[in-house]
Amino acid sequence: MSFRRTRAIFLKELRHIIRDGRSLALALAMPAMMLLLYGFALSLDVDHIPISIYDQDGSSASRSLAKQFEGSRLFDVKSRALNYREIENGINTNQILVGVVIPRNFGSNLATGHGAAVQLLVDGSDSNTSGIAMGYAESLVQLYSAEISTEIMNRRGVAPPAPPVVAQARVWYNSSLQSRNFVVPGLIAIILMILTAQLTTLTIAREWEMGTMEQVLSTPIRPTELVLGKMLAYFLIGLIDAILSFVAGVTVFAVPFRGSLALLTVSTLVFLCGAMFWGLFISAGSRTQVMAFQMGMLTTFLPGFLLSGFVFSIDVMPGWLQAISVVVPSRYYVSILKFLFLKGVGLEIVWPQLAYLILFGGIVFWLSVRRLNQKVV
Amino acid sequence: MIERIAVILRKEFIQLFREPRMRGLLLVPPLLQLIIFGYAVTLDVDNAKIAWMDGDMTPESRALLARFEGSNRFQIVATPQSEQEMQSILDHGDAHGVVRVLPGFARDLARGRSASVQVLLDGTNSNTAALVSAYASGVIASFSNDVYRNQAKNHQTVKLSARSPGSSAIPALPAAVSSTRVWFNPDLRSRNYFIPGVAVNILFMVTLTLTAQTIIREKEIGTMEQLMVTPMRPIELMLGKTIPAAMVGLVDLVLVTAGALLIFKVPFRGNFLVLLFSSTMFLLTSLGAGLFLSTISKTQQQANMASFFFSSPAFMLSGFNFPIANMPLPVQYLTYLNPLRYFMEIVRGVFLKGVGVSVVWPQMLALVVYGIVIIWLSTIRFHKSLD
Repeated sequence: MSFRRTRAIFLKELRHIIRDGRSLALALAMPAMMLLLYGFALSLDVDHIPISIYDQDGSSASRSLAKQFEGSRLFDVKSRALNYREIENGINTNQILVGVVIPRNFGSNLATGHGAAVQLLVDGSDSNTSGIAMGYAESLVQLYSAEISTEIMNRRGVAPPAPPVVAQARVWYNSSLQSRNFVVPGLIAIILMILTAQLTTLTIAREWEMGTMEQVLSTPIRPTELVLGKMLAYFLIGLIDAILSFVAGVTVFAVPFRGSLALLTVSTLVFLCGAMFWGLFISAGSRTQVMAFQMGMLTTFLPGFLLSGFVFSIDVMPGWLQAISVVVPSRYYVSILKFLFLKGVGLEIVWPQLAYLILFGGIVFWLSVRRLNQKVV
Repeated sequence: MIERIAVILRKEFIQLFREPRMRGLLLVPPLLQLIIFGYAVTLDVDNAKIAWMDGDMTPESRALLARFEGSNRFQIVATPQSEQEMQSILDHGDAHGVVRVLPGFARDLARGRSASVQVLLDGTNSNTAALVSAYASGVIASFSNDVYRNQAKNHQTVKLSARSPGSSAIPALPAAVSSTRVWFNPDLRSRNYFIPGVAVNILFMVTLTLTAQTIIREKEIGTMEQLMVTPMRPIELMLGKTIPAAMVGLVDLVLVTAGALLIFKVPFRGNFLVLLFSSTMFLLTSLGAGLFLSTISKTQQQANMASFFFSSPAFMLSGFNFPIANMPLPVQYLTYLNPLRYFMEIVRGVFLKGVGVSVVWPQMLALVVYGIVIIWLSTIRFHKSLD
């Protein structure tokens, strides 16, 4: 392997990049824009749940329960239904998620100590949102119920009993339970994976398609030098994108960064190399750019989005899918980023992930060189 | 005219299926996507992994542990003995949370004082943490209720034996309870919600990229000029280019719907004709977008970049897994420009709610308007790019 020839390839590729200004601008602007848009838009926090209240009772008790729903930040009372049809209609057209039905005699049943039931009709189609909304609505009713009980007990002159066991939930690492804090680091990982692999997937396929590959092959350049030279040229873009994303993540989205900066740098460099080699590996095997693009998207976007633990936890997937996710590099990078950003742990915990990323980069580099060698012969 | 369209259709189909690898790319990825997506996208936490830290070691604390074990929602993966051990479990992410019974738990219960149980959650994934927290609180609350009932019973028997008159019975039941009924998806399976969305996404990606690429390829290779010198009119060329993509898209739709029903047992409550009808409306928009992308790009690389630029926000902002209602208001308005948003609502409505045209007509109308506008725009640009 010669340093001079690698540099020649590197400079040639750099010239290619600079010449196509439009693609370069896209490559630099895209990650920042994607991060800004998605970071703000993608949230799993459930609040302002649209509900409709159907008050069949119209007593002071039912009105005070309705007021509790109105006063809560979590709920947004969209309408007062006058019959079940309106609730059904609201749920069918996605205008409301929960219908609260306060039955007739609610107030009088409460007053006589009989106990009364509030009916909650929940649109279950979006199971995640509705599960959380259901929990909120039920605990609001519970709270209201506790207030009423206390009132009744007070009136009778008995001290209200304290509940025997209380749960004290304490959340570590992300105490306000903001989904942004885990969505943004995951997004950075996925954006970098897609973009960097995308940058390199087309380079060799383009040379095949244009017929310039034969010319390159007739020179004394060896596959190792070709792969390394091309990778280094695009590496610069990937690095700039990475820095931009991290700065945006910490400043714009105020995601806490609790880990070591050096560890972040090392793992990002390793990850970028791996992603670039992956692109080159695909590129070396594709004769057309269309095919290279399709393969690139297929192997980076979907696995990155689905099998990286970005939103969907890997440990609840079926075993065969967990086995597949073992070879997805984004999985390790996503977990490194979450460890570093939120947990602030060090090398003693992230070393297996880092070791895997290094292994991945090495293997893919070797594979792509081998693939080129085969094509040459 | 029909003749000329038929000719270009034939040419397109030959080109499409000539390459064995391309043939595979048209049919295999949709099914593969469905299967991988289908199994991967679930936000349900069926088996939360928790660590159990018992600082009390009494029959009472073990009774609570039995409650957790018997609830089928939790799996006890570790029993840390020290603070450091607990810290390390959470740091490694080995458990979703730690339930910690503090020393004196049984004593407090016996004395009728409030005993507290700490639930420490790994908040890294806020969604999982919220669910696990809710489950754990539920188990603890039901345990608490039973303890309370027992205490109340004992209390009453004591009072009865003391024959104290006028003692009011303590209301053991809460005053107001909620009875919840979940519609359309009673088990709250997230798969039922996601898989129809996957079908939408597959249909979109296949038709968009196919149209954009077949035109660009002709431009790049230079065969576009050859097509231009034939008596073919632009509209015929456009039809000839889009119809094969539409047909491939519809075949994929049927394939994916069948897969959703057979493999994942997603309920289909609506009318298949409504689905097919709205799919053709949706195809107007995705094919139109593909045409439009091909008119603004010169090379395949640019077309790829442009289509990625268009399709990934379209996917992310479609409400597929991040609810639109959670987005900031300006972004919510932005999603009205997204054809995927409307189609997603239609498909989910038809699959899960069994709604018909009477409910989803506004979305259908939006798709038609969107389709007409984008096809009109790309026709104008198409003429220009030919001159």
